Amino acid sequence: MTHYIPITDADRREMLKAIGVEQIEDLFIDVPESHRFPPLNLPPALSEPELMAELNRLSELNAHARRYSIFLGAGAYNHFVPAAVDQILRRGEFYTAYTPYQPEISQGTLQAIFEYQSLICALTGMEIANASHYDGATALAESAIMALNVVRNRRKIVVARGVNPQYRAVLRTYLQGLDVEIVGDETPGASIADALAHVDEQTALLIVQNPDFLGRLHDLRGLGAQVQARGALLAIHFDPIALGLFQTPAEAGADIATGEGQPLGLGLAFGGPYLGIFTTRQKYVHKIAGRIVGVTKDVDGRMAYVLTLRAREQDIRRERATSNICTNQGLMALASAVYMSLMGKRGMRMVAEITYQRAHYAAKRIASLPGYRVLADQPFFREFVVQCPRPVAEINAALRAQGIIGGYDLSADEPQLGNAMLIAVTEMNSPAEIDRLVAALAEV
Amino acid sequence: MNNEEPPIFTYSQPGKIGVNLPAAGVETTPLPTELLRQDDLAGFPELTEPEVIRHFTRISQRNYSIDTGFYPLGSCTMKYNPKLHEEAARLPGFAAAHPLQDEELSQGALQLMYELQTYLGEISGFDAVSLQPAAGAQGELTGILVFRAYHLDRGDTQRTEVLVPDSAHGTNPATAAMVGLKVIELKSDARGNVDLADLKAKLSPRTAGMMLTNPNTLGLFEEHIVEICRLVHEAGGLMYGDGANFNAILGIAKPGELGFDFMHYNLHKTFTTPHGGGGPGSGAVGCTAALAPYLPGPRVRRRDDGRYEFFTPEKSIGRMKAFHGNFGMLVRAWTYIRSMGATGLRAVSETAVLNANYVRVMLKDIYPQAIDRICMHEVVLRGQIAGAPKDVRTLDIAKRLIDYGFHPPTIYFPLIVPEALMIEPTETESKQTLDHFIATMRRIAAEAVETPEVLHAAPTKAPVRRLDEVRAARQPILRYDAAAIARLQSE
Ligand SMILES: Cc1ncc(COP(=O)(O)O)c(C=O)c1O
Repeated sequence: MTHYIPITDADRREMLKAIGVEQIEDLFIDVPESHRFPPLNLPPALSEPELMAELNRLSELNAHARRYSIFLGAGAYNHFVPAAVDQILRRGEFYTAYTPYQPEISQGTLQAIFEYQSLICALTGMEIANASHYDGATALAESAIMALNVVRNRRKIVVARGVNPQYRAVLRTYLQGLDVEIVGDETPGASIADALAHVDEQTALLIVQNPDFLGRLHDLRGLGAQVQARGALLAIHFDPIALGLFQTPAEAGADIATGEGQPLGLGLAFGGPYLGIFTTRQKYVHKIAGRIVGVTKDVDGRMAYVLTLRAREQDIRRERATSNICTNQGLMALASAVYMSLMGKRGMRMVAEITYQRAHYAAKRIASLPGYRVLADQPFFREFVVQCPRPVAEINAALRAQGIIGGYDLSADEPQLGNAMLIAVTEMNSPAEIDRLVAALAEV
Repeated sequence: MNNEEPPIFTYSQPGKIGVNLPAAGVETTPLPTELLRQDDLAGFPELTEPEVIRHFTRISQRNYSIDTGFYPLGSCTMKYNPKLHEEAARLPGFAAAHPLQDEELSQGALQLMYELQTYLGEISGFDAVSLQPAAGAQGELTGILVFRAYHLDRGDTQRTEVLVPDSAHGTNPATAAMVGLKVIELKSDARGNVDLADLKAKLSPRTAGMMLTNPNTLGLFEEHIVEICRLVHEAGGLMYGDGANFNAILGIAKPGELGFDFMHYNLHKTFTTPHGGGGPGSGAVGCTAALAPYLPGPRVRRRDDGRYEFFTPEKSIGRMKAFHGNFGMLVRAWTYIRSMGATGLRAVSETAVLNANYVRVMLKDIYPQAIDRICMHEVVLRGQIAGAPKDVRTLDIAKRLIDYGFHPPTIYFPLIVPEALMIEPTETESKQTLDHFIATMRRIAAEAVETPEVLHAAPTKAPVRRLDEVRAARQPILRYDAAAIARLQSE
C-alpha cells in the first residue's frame, strides 16, 4: 500500500478470493514467464518532504523570470499572468476531468471550450475555431494538411521565410510521408512577396507569419484575394497579443489562421504545455481537425454544450479522419479563456500597447549606443533585430552576469544579419529594467 | 451543481476590466495607423475580476472529475492526480524558465528531463527515449515516421503498409494514414488475441510495421506477443507499442524485452499527469538502439563533466513540436516515479489489475465479459442484460450510472465488441468504492428488466439531461451568437 493506493492487505485477500486465485502473481499468467516481473532499476522512493526538497534544488538550478530580467522571446514570451488564471486552473473539477465525452456531466469543460472558441473568433475575426492543437507549430502543420484536403490535387506548400524556423521544421516533419513539396523559405532574408511569387497552380497553401519571426508587422490586406485568385489558400500565423491592436488575419483575407496561445496567460514553463490555436472559415468546418464544441438543447429544452461534428475525428473515421489528434491542450485553452475574459476589450489593447511602447523605447535607446544598430526600417511589435559589435553569445554571457537573459542569437537562422540578436520586450520589462539592459549593453 | 450559468459574454458591460496593468511609463511612439485592426475587438467581453472568477467557478461545478468521484473510463487511466505534482510543476525554475535560455541556465530542467528519459527507458526496456511528443497520438506519429525513415535509410522503399488490429484505437489507423501509409486491418481471434493466421497472411515485403496495444483494448494480455514480434521482424517489419495501457504492466513486463521496437507512454495516463478536461498530455516515446538515431530532437544527454545538454540525433526525423515537449507534464511524471520507486510502481500495476479483476468477477454473471479471461487493468463487458428489453442499450446503462453519481465507463469501444462497456477502475480506488459501483451496476441491471423506462430517461440528476446531438451538428452554433442562441431557445 502507498499513500495513493487505498487497498489494504485484508481487502486484497478478500478480492483475490472472490476472483478465485491465490496470489496476485496468478493474475499475470498470460505474461510469458521468462519476461515476467523484471527488476526495475530505479532510485529509491522518496517521501514527500524529501521529494519537495529535491524538486526545489532542481528548480533553483534554473534561471527564471523571478530572478532574471528576460529579453528573450523567439516564440515564447514573458507576458503578465494574472493570479486569477491559476486559481481557476487549480480547480480539481477542471484539471482532473477527461475529454468531455459524457456531456451531461461535463458542461463545465464544454462551456469553457465554447467560450474559448468564441473569444478566439472575436480576437482573430475568423469564423470558427477548434478546441486546440498541441502548440502553435503543430497547429500550423495541421493547416497544411487541411489545405491539402481542401484544395484537391495540389501538392505544394509555400511557406515564407518569416515563419518561426522551429515551426517550419515541424511542418517538414509532419509532411515528410505525404509526397508534398515545401518551398519559399530557402533564401535568407526572403520576403512575403518572394514567397507569394512561388504560389502557382500546383500550390495548395501559402503560410505567412505576422508579426514575423523577426518581430516585423506586415500590411497583409489583399493578400488573401491574391492567393485565392491562384486557387490556393492563405494561412496566417498570428500573435494573439499583437491582435489587441493590429490587423487581424480575417482582415487580410486568411482562409486559415493559427497562433501560439502561450502569451495568453500560460507562462513560460520551459516550453510547454502551450496552446495551438486553429481557426478557419465556416465553410471548411468538415475539414478541420480536432474537437469542436457546439450548442444544443437537452430533452427538457435547456441550453447545453456538446462535442459536435465528430464524424471528422479519428475514433469514428479512423484512417479517413482529418487528423490523428485526440488529447489536445484543453486546460491551456481554459487558461487563455480566463485570461482573455479578465483582460477584456480594454485589457487586450493595453497589453499590446504597453508592449509596443516599451519595445520601441528599448529599440530607440539601443539604437543610440555606439556599435549597435537596430533594424527598424519596418514597423515592429514586440521584437526587433539588433546588430551587435560582438558575437551574440559573448554579449549574452556578459548580460547573464548582471542577471539579464539577453535576446535570441540569430546567427544560425539568419547568418546574413551578422552578429544579430532578436530582443523581445513585454509589459513585464519595466522602464528601469530596460535602462539596465541598455547600460549593460553599453558596457560589453 | 445544477445551476445554469449563462455565457460569459452576457455579463459584459462597457468600460469594465479584470486586470490591473502598469502604465507604459515611456515616451510614446506613434502607432502605425494603417496597420491597426478596424473593429476595436468587437465581441470581446468586459468584466471585472470577481465576475470572471465567479463565472468560471460556477461552470467548474457543472463538471464531473476524479477529485469528485469514481471515473472508470476505460483506456484513459483516470487515476488520482497527486497534489504534490501541482506544486512541483509550479516551482519558479520550472514554471517561469524560458525554453531557449542558455543550457547553463537550465541545468535543473535538463537534469530532470535526462533522469525521466532514463527512468522511462528502464521501466519499459528501451535504450532511448524522446520526451518531445505532446500526446499519445503524436507519439504514434513520431513512431511511424521513425519506421518510415528507418526503412528508407536502408534503401527499403517498398514498405508502405501498417498492420493494425481491428480492436485498435482510432488514433492508430489515423496515424498511419498521416504518414501516407496504407492501413491493413487484422482480425482478432476467439480469445481476444491477434489472429495469427490472419497476421501471417498479411505480412509481406510491403509491411513497414505493426501497431499493437498490449494489454490490448479488450483489457487482455496478448498471449502470443513474443511470436507476433518474431513474425513481424522476420518479415522485415517493426513493432509499434501503443502504451495507453501501460498501467497494467509496470514491473510486470517490459515491452522492449517482449520484442517491441518502439512505444509511446501516455504520461497523462500511466504517470498520472492530469487530463485537464482534454489535455495537455505527454506522449513521450521509447525505442531500441537501432531506431534511436531517427528520434526527434532535442533529447538530453549527460556530458563527461556531469553537465547536461540538448542534442538532436544524427538521422532525426525532425522536430515534432516547438521547444522540448510538454515540460510541465514531465515534471509531474518525474515526481511520480520518484515518489513510487520500483516497488511502488509494481504495486500500482498489481493493484490496478486486482481491482479490474474484482469488478470483472462481481459483474460478469449479469454483464457478459467480451472474452472470458483474466483481464489486466481494465475489463470489457457487454451491456446485454438477460431479460431486459432489446432497446435497453449500453448507452442507457451509462447514462443511468450518472444518476447514481458515477462517471460511466468507456462505451462502444473497442468497436469489435457489441454494446461494449470498458471499465478501468485504476489502483487509486478503494474496495468500498468498487463495491458501491458493483452494487450500482447490479441494481441498474435489475432496473433494466423491471423499469427500463428509467434507464431510457436517464440521466435526470445531472446538470442537463440527454442532448439533441443531431441539432448541434445540423445547425452548428460554434461560437457565441446571441441571436442564434435565442432562436434555439425559442424553438
Ligand atoms: C488505446 C489508445 N491509444 C491511443 C490513444 C491516444 O492518446 P492521446 O489521447 O494521448 O493522443 C488513446 C487515448 O485515448 C488510447 O486509449
